[in-house]
Amino acid sequence: MDNMTLIAVASIITAGFTTSVGCMMPALGEGKSVSAALTSLAQQPDASATITRTLFVGLAMIESTAIYCFVVSMILIFANPFWNHVTAAAAASN
Amino acid sequence: MRLTPDQLIYWEIGVFKLNATIVFTWAIMLVLVVGSILITRRLTAEHKRSRWQNFLEIIVTGIEKQIGEVGLRNAKNYLPFLGTLFLFVATASLFTIIPGYEPPTGSLSTTAALALSVLIAVPMFGIQDQGLRGYLKSYIEPTVIMLPFNIISEVSRTLALAVRLFGNMMSGAMIIGILLTITPFLFPIVMTLLGLLTGMVQAYIFSILAAVYIAAAVRTKTRKSQLKPT
Repeated sequence: MDNMTLIAVASIITAGFTTSVGCMMPALGEGKSVSAALTSLAQQPDASATITRTLFVGLAMIESTAIYCFVVSMILIFANPFWNHVTAAAAASN
Repeated sequence: MRLTPDQLIYWEIGVFKLNATIVFTWAIMLVLVVGSILITRRLTAEHKRSRWQNFLEIIVTGIEKQIGEVGLRNAKNYLPFLGTLFLFVATASLFTIIPGYEPPTGSLSTTAALALSVLIAVPMFGIQDQGLRGYLKSYIEPTVIMLPFNIISEVSRTLALAVRLFGNMMSGAMIIGILLTITPFLFPIVMTLLGLLTGMVQAYIFSILAAVYIAAAVRTKTRKSQLKPT
């Protein structure tokens, strides 16, 4: 395989792997936090405002890791700097 | 495929490029400013009020109440900044119901600008509240060893703020774009509906996180006197 194929293969596989891991782990974490929040909401409905706000802030924190994975895989697929470099080099040599 | 509205350029002269992000940001600014001028021109304190005045009052008092619940006393002080953040992000995602519109928050430049304004506003509010010395002292709060970590956390949370909003907005637009090529008719509408919901949640999260950061910068000195439940 030449460099171009290698970079394409590595980018596609890494993008898929990044998305899969980046979906799995934050989903587990968010599920845990939501279930804990629901339990405490059932126990203390009076504190619902505080619990909901803290839950949202925590979910945002957890979700940002998933967003990082998403952004990385989007960059790998649509705006890959290595791919652009290789294609530019190939166009220059032709 | 276009990742952000930055790449959609309407008009270009020299190094200045007028891209879709700027145009839609201006449009939102125009709507917000002209709308609030038109509404606040005829304010009354009587029992009979216009619908729009009630609408604005609901928004303003709601934001003020949320700020107060985060733990910031004197919420009116922080209302202009946090309220503007919320209204801008919320309007930017609400306007996606208009065809041909792309949210300017789906561009990393806009969200980075918003996050940078939070990064600057947090020390400003902190200094305003407890003076320059008191604020700088909060960086070495437990021990001096924590100084680099405090600075790193300031920078990294700004980065997270920017990338979170950008990723959510961009992914919404992108999912709709991809679905349009696969199942053209019904399913993109459902995803647009979901995008409206996530846009509102993101606006809430963005402003509430900014409020939490400001509260952390402001509160350090008065923590002991605040133990009583609000």
